[in-house]
Amino acid sequence: MDGAQFLQVLIIGLSQGCVYGLIALGFVLIYKATEVVNFAQGDLMMIGMFIAFTFLNVLGMPYWLGLMCTCASMALIGALLERALIRPMIGEPTFAVLMLTVGLGFILRSFAGSVWGADPKSIHNPFSGEVLRLGEVFLGFENIAVMVGTALVCIALGLYFRYARIGVSMQAASQNQLAAVLVGISVNRVTLLAWALSAGIAGFAGVMLAPVSLIDPQVGFIGIKAFAAAIIGGLGSLPGALIAGIAIGVIEQFAQITLPTSLATASPYLVMLIILIVRPGGLFASVQRKRV
Amino acid sequence: MRFLFRTSHTIDLALFQHSGQVFWYGLLVIALLTAPLVLDPFYLGELAQVFIYAIAGVGLMLLVGYTGMVSLGHAAFLAIGAYAHARFMTWGMPFLPSLLLAALFTGFVSMLVGLPVLRMTGVYLAIATLALAEIVEQVLTHWTSMTGGFRGMRVPDAEMLGVALDAPRPFFYVCFAVLVASVFAALNLLRSPTGRAFVAVRDSETSAVSMGISLVRTKTLAFTLSGMFTGLAGALFAHRIGHLAPDAFTLLTSIQLLLMVVVGGLGSMHGVMFGAIFIGLLPQGIALARDVLPQGVANLPGIEPAVFGAILIAFLILEPDGIYGRWLKIRRYFEEFPLYRKDTFKRQQRFLSTERLR
Repeated sequence: MDGAQFLQVLIIGLSQGCVYGLIALGFVLIYKATEVVNFAQGDLMMIGMFIAFTFLNVLGMPYWLGLMCTCASMALIGALLERALIRPMIGEPTFAVLMLTVGLGFILRSFAGSVWGADPKSIHNPFSGEVLRLGEVFLGFENIAVMVGTALVCIALGLYFRYARIGVSMQAASQNQLAAVLVGISVNRVTLLAWALSAGIAGFAGVMLAPVSLIDPQVGFIGIKAFAAAIIGGLGSLPGALIAGIAIGVIEQFAQITLPTSLATASPYLVMLIILIVRPGGLFASVQRKRV
Repeated sequence: MRFLFRTSHTIDLALFQHSGQVFWYGLLVIALLTAPLVLDPFYLGELAQVFIYAIAGVGLMLLVGYTGMVSLGHAAFLAIGAYAHARFMTWGMPFLPSLLLAALFTGFVSMLVGLPVLRMTGVYLAIATLALAEIVEQVLTHWTSMTGGFRGMRVPDAEMLGVALDAPRPFFYVCFAVLVASVFAALNLLRSPTGRAFVAVRDSETSAVSMGISLVRTKTLAFTLSGMFTGLAGALFAHRIGHLAPDAFTLLTSIQLLLMVVVGGLGSMHGVMFGAIFIGLLPQGIALARDVLPQGVANLPGIEPAVFGAILIAFLILEPDGIYGRWLKIRRYFEEFPLYRKDTFKRQQRFLSTERLR
């Protein structure tokens, strides 16, 4: 593999990794606020892709307006889901909520299949086909868009958790619900907000992924790889999720050209298992090990 | 209402609490033993499927319901049991030794896997097992010389004492016998100090350790036994489907198994049975419902997973104790008839708190 090819693969890996990272951010956001793992995150992204398809291709909206509308309607869907399904489960064991989101994933997939049909679709966007040429390396505009978009979302989220009042109260609510209630934080509102934000980000990830991947009800399964990323990053850490997501994207791309198919397909999971065995709390673990 | 007067500690340890249980379980066993005489072979096959689910459920219940560890990858152990059994039989091993060896082999694999994986807890463990299942699926697909790859492998016909076991009736009896043996083994295990240790670890690791229980040993044992029972179920499952292919053991299968123990009711063997009946008969139920529903709804593609999801969610929100929990409530209602209080089974409100620093 020469230098140019190496760079080319690296860039494709980076942009794929950014999508994993974006979905992983959604996981981490909900986890940080409510200690719940949302297994349906990938399927939320899939719904986001279909909504974007409806706005852009069926209704013919301009791209940026469509993007905004997708994120907004996804946030609304996230809030509704929280209100209908997650709120009754506050105080139940996290395992039960995890199972609930697994069930939610099934329903979302069937729903998308029956509303939009099972045949793959694609979205028009302003960058597809445009290529930036740097020496021997070709940079697709859609890849650049993914990376820039991811960077922006991350910065915004980082600032939000660091400075915004509601961001800080989200952390408080997840660390100790009772204490948070006692100091006057509305845990219900925090959970609602976390779900809305997370679904909004899933919608954004969907729009970013749409040009590089076809849209069909099964596309949400890449959420499992993003999940691996979130776990490697340590579940509670936003930068960790992003870095791990990118790492997984890059490793996967390189594995695909250097290793036999079986190993390449399993590579994200192998990497995750190895890291979990070495560091059971993930790379950027935020959990204090329980002293027994 | 029956009052149990405990006059010695052996009553608490007994397999049957009172003569009523002996009578009703005996009746159930007799009913099932005579079922093949009256039932159509199709229904016998369905019942055998329910038994197989129940055997796997016993394994998963030991892990999830009694030791408190969640596995999202039990389809992997089902697959290992099935493939190992089919492989042993292709090599010419008789049915029974092959069945037992497949179970032992699966137990051994799950022990090897469990040693590193069990350092994790909660969600991390669930995801690690999920990753494991994905890896096993890849191995099944690509280790062509051993597993037949995508095209899969045929399961040899089983025979014991001159009887062909693949016919519906003998197969029904085999599955039933294995199920009874499994449940008996699991119940005995749960009455022993080891089983009590499982429950102690589930309820509080800290207090379990302070009572002198070795966490590593207990968890690994639970994982191993769980894998063994699931492998046993897998071996029988191989005969049930007749042709093994990797797509019979996917994430969906793992989730189905987990759904079974959750819907049945976590932490009881009754829950396993209710869950297995539920999961085993649900596809038939959906097929029947299709005839009743209006055309537009009934012909929607992929309605089955959606129904699965909806039922799972409904149970988690409305009846977290599962079918068995609901049965206990109904029974208590009639036992105490005019005096039943609504909040008898109400759970204490819990608040989440973690050891997370950031």
